[in-house]
Amino acid sequence: MVDDLNAKGGVLGKQVELFVEDDQCKPEVAANVAAKLVSEGVSVVLGHICSGATKAAMGTYRDAKIIAMSPSATNPALTQSGDYPNFFRTIASDDMQAKLGVDFTLDTLKKKKIAVIHDKGDYGKGFAEFAKKFIDESGGKGEVVLFEGITPGAVDYSAIIQKIKEKGAEAVIYGGYHPEASKIVTGMKKKMMDIPFVSDDGVKDDTFIKVAKEYAEGVYASGPRDTSKIPLYIKAVDEHKKAYGEEPGAFYKEAYAATLALLNGIQKAGSTDYAAVEKALRTEWVETPVGKISFDERGDAKGVGFSMYQVKNGEYVQVQE
Amino acid sequence: MEYFLELFMSGLTRGSIYALIALGYTMVYGIIELINFAHGEIYMIGAFTALIVASVLTFQGMTGAPVLILAGVVAVIYSMAYGYTVEKIAYKPLRQAPRLSPLISAIGMSIFLQNYVLLAQTSNFLPFPALIPEFAFLAPVRHLMSSAEIIIVVTTAVCMVLLTLLIKYTRVGKAMRATAQDRSMALLVGVNVNRVISTTFVIGSALAAVGGVLIASHIGQINFFIGFIAGIKAFTAAVLGGIGSIPGAALGGLVLGLTEAFATGYVSSDYEDVFAFAILVLVLIFRPAGILGRATTQKV
Repeated sequence: MVDDLNAKGGVLGKQVELFVEDDQCKPEVAANVAAKLVSEGVSVVLGHICSGATKAAMGTYRDAKIIAMSPSATNPALTQSGDYPNFFRTIASDDMQAKLGVDFTLDTLKKKKIAVIHDKGDYGKGFAEFAKKFIDESGGKGEVVLFEGITPGAVDYSAIIQKIKEKGAEAVIYGGYHPEASKIVTGMKKKMMDIPFVSDDGVKDDTFIKVAKEYAEGVYASGPRDTSKIPLYIKAVDEHKKAYGEEPGAFYKEAYAATLALLNGIQKAGSTDYAAVEKALRTEWVETPVGKISFDERGDAKGVGFSMYQVKNGEYVQVQE
Repeated sequence: MEYFLELFMSGLTRGSIYALIALGYTMVYGIIELINFAHGEIYMIGAFTALIVASVLTFQGMTGAPVLILAGVVAVIYSMAYGYTVEKIAYKPLRQAPRLSPLISAIGMSIFLQNYVLLAQTSNFLPFPALIPEFAFLAPVRHLMSSAEIIIVVTTAVCMVLLTLLIKYTRVGKAMRATAQDRSMALLVGVNVNRVISTTFVIGSALAAVGGVLIASHIGQINFFIGFIAGIKAFTAAVLGGIGSIPGAALGGLVLGLTEAFATGYVSSDYEDVFAFAILVLVLIFRPAGILGRATTQKV
């Protein structure tokens, strides 16, 4: 892609030059790589890949006033801590799903009393804890009336269902996977409880609908946004196949998007000046394989990540952009 | 008060599920002092068989109670065959071996059956049809208990009574009690010990299959691993009530189910297992043989 761009005259009349380093996903190596790149005088950094390594390298880039954009580091603290104003990413952070679920429940469904349930697993509990945090921080828009973990694989969840009812919850946010979700949803409907059930990508699985059948109707679950129909995505995959003769690996489209965003930022800023590029990244929108994106004040990409889906007539349908 | 009643009902359902499976554990242990770890797998195979039969029958256009009954009967027969075969292959050759050997063999059998179903069927969760219909006359109390839950509670009670009658008043029962007391003495007075043990496994497996069909159609999903968790909890219930004792299995199941339900309801479901096993530890400290178990002195 960069070769193509250079053939067309580069950015601002200059050829783009690549400095490729491997941080082996290790924080200690990443810090060395960062120092090396700074001494080589790079304008912007595309990377790093792993959250831990990214964190280790970011301080060096910040002090040298170099913008870094990761296609894959999802750790929430990288953007939320405010420590790295020079950090951007083209992938959704780990708490994005929880944020989406909470915003959807509070703003779109207009529910106030929320029961947050999880399956005690890393994924489900992480999701639930973020959801609780966002509800607590919502400034009184919502209230967590119940926050509990259930035992995965238990024969029966009627006690927790009775408790959800007893606490007067108006909606349930569930973090976990589909086997437990379908037991809870089925149990709730059988006990004549008809409150919205909002969950995560672990539930946005066709097996959930197959198992919970008619009880699955109306359940909300967030899942990755479908990018397969975006023309730039199709083009990017074709380019990769032409160049390397195989399907691209993980984070290819995010990395492609980051490259486009960085070069676009420099183009729009008219120079590689830190402040100008930073401003351009936060204000300009750019078409990429993951959709049309820009960056918020924390450095997270707007327009990437997850969408809310709902089960309608036996399949998941996207209900929200 | 309403909330208490709701929790009580949910504990009762859970407890009955545990008790229904625990009956099989406790029976086998009562006769040959073996913990049949493959019991949970027989329960799972029962559920799978019922699913296959029910799917075929539904495809043929049958609905309602006949499907439940036919699927249940086939599952029971199939599971009995499994129980019989498992005993012949995994336990009978080890009858004179040290007590640890059949235990290891049981664990091996359990792993084998799980993987056999995994390979022969699928690793995915499969939907299980709700074979137990919702009775219209139960609509006012449906928030307390569904008809599936009521049927589970009733079936557990009926199975327990029938089993007690069988052991107390029939010739087979008498032979079972004799074998339980002293196997070699029973052999000397002409009891066909091998047949008694086979019968015990067959009856235990039939109970597991009944449990499998009812519970699967209550929960609505099965996979090859359901036997493990249900088995562990049922085994805990059997030990809690006093392993080897039939009323003990029922009582243990209920105590366990109610403890879990109230722990969830009044404390937190995060701690439901903590409370369940705390009760087990306490009971075993003060009554090592379980609530209704009789302490046996080891014959030297």
